[in-house]
Amino acid sequence: MTDQSWEIPSGAAALLTVEHLTMRFGGLVAVDDVSFAAGTGEITAIIGPNGAGKTTVFNCLTGFYSPSVGRLLLRRDDRNFLLERMEGYRIAQKAGVARTFQNIRLFPQMSVLENLLVAQHNVLMRASGMTVLGLLGFASYRRAERAAVEKARYWLDQVGLTALADIDAGNLPYGAQRKLEIARAMCTGPALLCLDEPAAGLNPTESLELNELLLFIRNEHKIGILLIEHDMSVVMGISDHIIVLDYGRKISDGTPEHVRNDPTVIRAYLGEDEDEELPPEVMADLAINGEGDAPAT
Amino acid sequence: MAVETSDTAPPPSGLDVTSILKDAGITALIAFALTIPLFGFRLVSLGTGQGIGLEQRWGLVAISVASVFLGRIALTVWQEKRRTMPREAASHGWSIKRYARPLLAGGAYALAGLAFCWPWLPFVDRWLLDMAILVLTYVMLGWGLNIVVGLAGLLDLGYVAFYAVGAYSYALLALNFDLTFWQCLPLAGAFAAFFGIVLGFPVLRLRGDYLAIVTLGFGEIIRIILLNWYEVTKGPDGLSGIPRPSFFGLPFKRNPPDGVTSFHQFFGLEYSSIQRIIFLYYVILLLALITNFFTLRIRKLPVGRAWEALREDEIACRSLGINARNTKLTAFSIGAMFAGFGGSFFATRQGFISPESFTFIESAIILAIVVLGGMGSQFGIVLAAVFLIGMTEFFRELEHFRMLAFGAGMVAIMVWRPRGLLAHRDPTIRLNGPPGDEIKGSSP
Amino acid sequence: MEYFLQQLINGVTLGAIYGLIAIGYTMVYGIIGMINFAHGEIFMIGAFISLIAFLLLAALGVTWIPLALLLVLLVAMLFTAVYGWTVERLAYRPLRGSFRLAPLISAIGMSIFLQNYVQILQGARVKPLQPVVQGGFEVMQRDGFTVSLSYMQISIIVVTLVLMTAFSLMITRTSLGRAQRACEQDRGMAALLGINVDRTISLTFVSGAALAAVAGLMFVLYYGVIDFYIGFLAGIKAFTAAVLGGIGSLPGAMLGGLLIGLIETFWSAYFTVEYKDVAAFVILVLVLIFRPTGLLGKPEIEKV
Repeated sequence: MTDQSWEIPSGAAALLTVEHLTMRFGGLVAVDDVSFAAGTGEITAIIGPNGAGKTTVFNCLTGFYSPSVGRLLLRRDDRNFLLERMEGYRIAQKAGVARTFQNIRLFPQMSVLENLLVAQHNVLMRASGMTVLGLLGFASYRRAERAAVEKARYWLDQVGLTALADIDAGNLPYGAQRKLEIARAMCTGPALLCLDEPAAGLNPTESLELNELLLFIRNEHKIGILLIEHDMSVVMGISDHIIVLDYGRKISDGTPEHVRNDPTVIRAYLGEDEDEELPPEVMADLAINGEGDAPAT
Repeated sequence: MAVETSDTAPPPSGLDVTSILKDAGITALIAFALTIPLFGFRLVSLGTGQGIGLEQRWGLVAISVASVFLGRIALTVWQEKRRTMPREAASHGWSIKRYARPLLAGGAYALAGLAFCWPWLPFVDRWLLDMAILVLTYVMLGWGLNIVVGLAGLLDLGYVAFYAVGAYSYALLALNFDLTFWQCLPLAGAFAAFFGIVLGFPVLRLRGDYLAIVTLGFGEIIRIILLNWYEVTKGPDGLSGIPRPSFFGLPFKRNPPDGVTSFHQFFGLEYSSIQRIIFLYYVILLLALITNFFTLRIRKLPVGRAWEALREDEIACRSLGINARNTKLTAFSIGAMFAGFGGSFFATRQGFISPESFTFIESAIILAIVVLGGMGSQFGIVLAAVFLIGMTEFFRELEHFRMLAFGAGMVAIMVWRPRGLLAHRDPTIRLNGPPGDEIKGSSP
Repeated sequence: MEYFLQQLINGVTLGAIYGLIAIGYTMVYGIIGMINFAHGEIFMIGAFISLIAFLLLAALGVTWIPLALLLVLLVAMLFTAVYGWTVERLAYRPLRGSFRLAPLISAIGMSIFLQNYVQILQGARVKPLQPVVQGGFEVMQRDGFTVSLSYMQISIIVVTLVLMTAFSLMITRTSLGRAQRACEQDRGMAALLGINVDRTISLTFVSGAALAAVAGLMFVLYYGVIDFYIGFLAGIKAFTAAVLGGIGSLPGAMLGGLLIGLIETFWSAYFTVEYKDVAAFVILVLVLIFRPTGLLGKPEIEKV
């Protein structure tokens, strides 16, 4: 067990602190005593082989599962939220944790713009006086709606979907759907953005655009980004901090440089023996220099 | 009954007579198996104390099997024709879609105009007016249920329960506390909405199909309670003598009690029972239009968008900070409220209510109107209500055939156009101006 | 005590009938995740076919009761199964992959259709049948109250036990059962492994309908009267049984059926007959709220 301290790279404040997170499903321990931290204004990536428990960590963070053990502390504007005690929708609403899904979950029969307005539901709901003022057509609600549309337009501009704002989200091409999901999450005004494999299914150009979008969000909006990703060009290219999970346990934690050279990580990806398969680009990125037990590809 | 048996076989290039005949033969064989027991024999009473006997009807079996055989051949040929038809020719028929929007808008205004003038049209007699009232009642119920099913995607099979709550609230309040229709209407709506909240609170977190069964159960529970709580509801005898509505305090009576001016006296008209009917017509028209405007308006509000979003993906909604349960609850209770209004109207129109009027089949009819019209489509619901209720009334003596067609129609609609006949959905808000030539996302 | 014992016997008998219908719900739900709303009507059709077959056999001169019962059982299972197959083929198969409420709405339509179909073909009047199996044991007698266990009740319970055992063996031991369980877990993967998914689903409907036919036969024999409307309530109660036992679980359906039968019988015996149908609904609601997985069901982990 690497007892690598999981302190945050200097300059970033601890936005999310996960301590001893454990999630059991019956006899299966999907996440086993995982602790890490993620800071504001930085991109934290969670990587690991399939079945390492990455998505389970996300589901605990965003309230879809309630963890068996552990503390999930989120600090936002000097307020502390214990995520493990909050209902799912309140985590998004109060603590400001927004997420995307591995298999895209848009509202396919609603237009792109409507998707982004639904994301601003709580703000608009308040402005519409819990519907009553809105029904009566109060000007304050109309102003709030205009502001919401402007916010939506801003994010549509960022992801390049402004021209497609009025078509059904389900009719967008795959790559655009991924971007829209990120834009939708950003429209909730989050403090922490959790992205579950955002680059899955993207072509190299789209992948590059995604990198830029995530860097833009980090640099301009100064929020924390938590990222699950298999695409090492994304992970190594933009992450400030990487956490490696394997069989539900944390095996490494640190800068990309550190993780890349961590022998535990290399072993986890390659296995003790040589019969583990590894995508060639991962091997290239992990900078393996053919030390005998790497499979020749 | 047409049964496709060869959907996995590779499509033949042309019409292969032997395979068509074989296919039709198999279908006919299945039809034979289906029809022998129930068509071939009919259980008939042999008179009192004699038990029952069987009557044989082989002709009916032969006719059904033959028509299934021929029908299957016709279907195959037609499908083949359609498949091999050039693509442009096939899509040509759908170019109507481009004109759909103005056509629908025009149709809606024309229909609204017709509805306003209806009682004064020369050919409209008492029967047609009664019919129109009935149709409008169902239009209103359809619009109310549409909020629950069409917008929020909650399959409510017990909608009639709220209709019953509205009807009984009005009847009991009016009979026991001498309240007028207009005083009771909001109360009945509130009661129904309250019931919606009480029933919905525990069950709305259930998955769609469980929710359907539970709401069905609630519908039945309410009916059984109405049947058995004799002291209050008079059980199967029902409540009679429910007061009729008055026109701003002016009753529609030939001989009003002393000190009360009746409608015809106030306006110096000859007394006629049709005055009350016309008044009822406008009451239900008003109620229906209120339902419609409410729906159109709330769709554009955050809560309306949240309903539709919940219908599309509940998990995504949660991840965006939407309180799914409360949002569903609003849809459920608002839908219930409109059913309550409708129920009060029903009670005041009939003057008599009994649990008989609130069976599951009523819920199914309202649901069928919503489904047939196209879930979420206000105009489609009007057409569906006119069609279904109109048909029903025209073929009154064929009661069971009509319910047969009704059930078959629900299946057919789901198979061919699961989103309903008019399933067109316009976004509630647009960024890039009115719909133009941009890539239009057309619903399938 | 005697009264209680008698009610217990009656409740178990009723529970056996519900359990047989509940299996149809639970299997269909397990494999395609939908409530086959028309299953109650399939049961009703089974009852009608049984009654017709009885009269036909009597007319043909088959008077030896055990033989007649066996023949009726086979005929009813066979023809009702064809109905089960056709319903699936026409109303549900075209809807695979449609939006989620479509199959349920289609099923409701099918249910309305079948009810009126039988009503038109066979008339709306109640159809009586002379008692076929008569006699029984006197289990005990005290204070003028006789607790009896009729041959009818014995045969219902025995047939149910035999069928359920056979059916459980089929699901756990045969390749059809394996295919069924595979389709339940992952239909796409099952198809890739060469399982004919459509056929497996069809067979599920067919076997569910055959069991419902048996329940229909028992209903005719036990109550002696049927009409076109029996499917609605029996269907709801059997569905409640399936949910109570844990939908998707075969032993659950049997247990649920038994419990619902007992609860209904005792409710009528000790509380009110008028509200006996409310009992089933109340249980359904309570189970769904407090234990949606039922007694023997596996918890469903939400896939995100």
